[in-house]
Parts: sequence; C-alpha cells; structure tokens
Amino acid sequence: MKLDLSGFESTPSLHGGAVDDVGEDLFSRPSFQLPACSDFDGFQKDAVQMVKPAKGTTTLAFIFKEGVIVAADSRASMGGYISSQSVKKIIEINPYMLGTMAGGAADCQFWHRNLGIKCRLHELANKRRISVTGASKLLANILYSYRGMGLSVGTMIAGWDEKGPGLYYVDSEGGRLKGARFSVGSGSPYAYGVLDSGYRYDMTKEEAAELARRAIYHATFRDGASGGVASVYYVGPDGWTKLSGDDVGELHYKYYPVVPTPIEQEMADAPAA
Amino acid sequence: MECVFGLVGDGFALVAADTSAVHSILVHKSNEDKVMLLDSHKLLGASGEAGDRAQFTEYIQKNVHLYEFRNGIPLTTAAVANFTRGELAVALRKNPYFVNILLAGYDKDVGPSLYYIDYIATLHKVDKGAFGYGSYFALSMMDRHYHSRMSLEEAINLVDKCIMEIRSRLVVAPPNFVIKIVDKDGAREYAWRESIKDAEVSAA
Repeated sequence: MKLDLSGFESTPSLHGGAVDDVGEDLFSRPSFQLPACSDFDGFQKDAVQMVKPAKGTTTLAFIFKEGVIVAADSRASMGGYISSQSVKKIIEINPYMLGTMAGGAADCQFWHRNLGIKCRLHELANKRRISVTGASKLLANILYSYRGMGLSVGTMIAGWDEKGPGLYYVDSEGGRLKGARFSVGSGSPYAYGVLDSGYRYDMTKEEAAELARRAIYHATFRDGASGGVASVYYVGPDGWTKLSGDDVGELHYKYYPVVPTPIEQEMADAPAA
Repeated sequence: MECVFGLVGDGFALVAADTSAVHSILVHKSNEDKVMLLDSHKLLGASGEAGDRAQFTEYIQKNVHLYEFRNGIPLTTAAVANFTRGELAVALRKNPYFVNILLAGYDKDVGPSLYYIDYIATLHKVDKGAFGYGSYFALSMMDRHYHSRMSLEEAINLVDKCIMEIRSRLVVAPPNFVIKIVDKDGAREYAWRESIKDAEVSAA
C-alpha cells in the first residue's frame, strides 16, 4: 500500500506549479549537510562519553595541626585496560600549593598549569602571594564558564597562605567546597572510611602521612581503577615536600605479611590401581 | 536531596536549609551554608546544582551590593525578587541555571516577605514555601500548622517539626540544618540543628 505523502512536500507543490526561482528558495525548508554516518546522535554521545572517564582514581587531602597532607594513587585506566601505573596525580602549582588530579588527565594538567600562571601573575601584579581561597576561586570560575562542554576535573587545591593551611575541593560542574577532609575519585568511598575513622586533628606529621598512605592502600585494594604507587605530600609553612612514594603491592605485604599456616591437606598421588 | 523551606511570621521571615554537600553517594561536607545574606535585611536560601547555586547566588548578591553603592539606597525585597527572576528567565532559553530560591526580606513599609523563585523563573510572593524532596513533608506540615502572624517561638517550633519529619521519613535525609531569620533588626543566623557533627577543627 503506497502511503500518500504529498502533504509532507514543501509548499511550492501546493501552489500548483507556478514556481519561480525566488519562490523555491524562499519556501524550501532550511537544511544543512549532516556527516555521512549511520547514527549521528549516538556517535556524538559515544565521543563525549569516551573523553569523560569516570574519574578512576583515589586522591585525598586533609588539614591537621601541622599543615596539609595530600596523597594519591598513580594508576590510569581506560575501561578495563590499565594504561599506566606511574601517573603523577599530584600537580605542583607553585612551591606552596598543590593540586590533585581526578577525571581527565589532560584537563587537570592543563588547567592546573593555567592556574599556576594566573597565580604568578597575581603575585607580580599585587606584590604578594595569592591565597588558597583566591586560587581555588579562580579555578572554579574558569571551570564554571566551561560548564556543560565536557570538561572532567575533580581536584583539590591544598596550600599554605597567610591564614594558615587551606584546602578546597573544586570540580568541573562548578562546585567549590571549603573543608578539612576530602577524597575524590572512584576509590574515594573506601578511602573515606579509613580516613574518617583514623583522623585526629592533633596527629604528628608521621602519623598523618601513615594515615594517608593507609587510606590510599585500602582504596587501591578494593577499587580496580586505583593502584600503582601511593604518593604522600606534606604542605607546611615553608611550602610542600614529598614525603613518600610506595608501591601498593609492597604495602600490602608490609601491612599483611604472609603468615606460614599449617597445611590442611596435602595432595597425595592417586593410589596405584 | 537538598531541602530548603521558609515561612513568614509576625514581623519576621525565616528560611531553613539543609547543610550537606553531596556527590552521588558521597557526602563531601555536612556543614555547607546554603542560606546567603544578600544584604542587611535579606536572606537567599538556594538549592540546586552545586556550581550554579554558589555562582548564581553570589552574582545576585554582588549586583544587589552594586545597586546600593551606585544609588546610595538598598533595593527592596520585591525589587531583588524580580531582578533574580529576570536573570533566571533570560538565561533559561540559553544556558539555564538549575537553582531554586526562597528569598526572605524585611522592608520598613511592607514588613516581612517571602518569595518563591523556581529554576524556570517562576515568581510568587508566598507565606510559606519549600523546595526539594523535603518539601513533600514540610509543605503539608506547614499547611496544617501555619497561621498568619505566628510568634517566633511558634515558628521555630513548626520548623523543628518539619525537620523532625524530614529526618524520620525521607530515605536520604540530610542530617544537619541551618535556620536564618530576618526582621527589623536585620538578617542573621538563628540556629543550627545538627545530628552529625563534622570533625572540622580550624587551626588555632
């Protein structure tokens, strides 16, 4: 059965043939060429999803009596494939401020570098260092202006300024939170558990570093997208220093050494027929 | 989800909001202040997408301040409400802001007032209003127990009743709330209702 589709044709045919060139241009439906692709909308969505990884990482930072501890794992994953075990996820913005990387590696690296430039320009223009509040606000405003365009950044800005230690969480949706304890990434719920239960404001630097290391280790143990090396940094009044970088596999055997257990049952040869 | 609700009493208006900052299943913070002091006699309680909430409310606050600096007198609550709605409406068809707002203010001639401003730029002057999943519980509580010209004590009682109801009936109920009040003496924080204390100790 042939359907009568004459109603869908553009207006000139309704006017019964008396069409000149001008009329055809005026009345034809506006159109543009689409790429030759079977599923244009689906392709668009896939492209965006590919660029926007699910923040497969574990990073954490917290303020304590002596300053700020910042820690992260070092695994980069693309779906089920581990593309690298040695990614630097703690970015040095300037000698007294650190940023963590979660989300798109390129986005984090680029925008942190850009933030470093803006902080230096602020220093030169105002003859004083920028505060952590100011730096995080700069980054948050930049990310907010790119909202909805596919940036994937989940970062913490940690530093020491005139007011003492400062820690802010900033993400690509435009959110900015001031706090004393944050963890970001797919392994963050695991890290939060260990971090929250072991946290005390008046820890020593060594205790704080060990807490951070332990939290990252436990997150890498349970989360497939986190692993590699647990790096721990400390930010104090004189700037930041790297405290340690331990392979989490080695940490596992350090925390849970192999205990020789009695053999329950030994496999014996089958009795001769 | 974020709950904001408010009501108008006898010579005052109050706005209560939850204080949790949430990302999918994680609670990043449970003492985030979502009720902003716009100027000496105005409160803006906002709920919605994280970036939009902070950025849009700050934008409104700075513009309110700018008007006061330029003209020497502050804006009325009605003027701020209409300005806010206008900004939301203009952005709606281009780059919408996903924020729901309750604006409370006190003007000498009009007295206390409360404005309900939706994310699609709805504007209503109301006696009581609520946003978020908590609104399902708060609105009926307020409808039942509210009457015009409530005293401060009665109003706080009603707010506490709403908070209790939200805590006991909402599956992902926020643990902590902040209550702010505005009257002839200005806008200020009235109280926090905390059931979980965040171990945030600031440096001495």
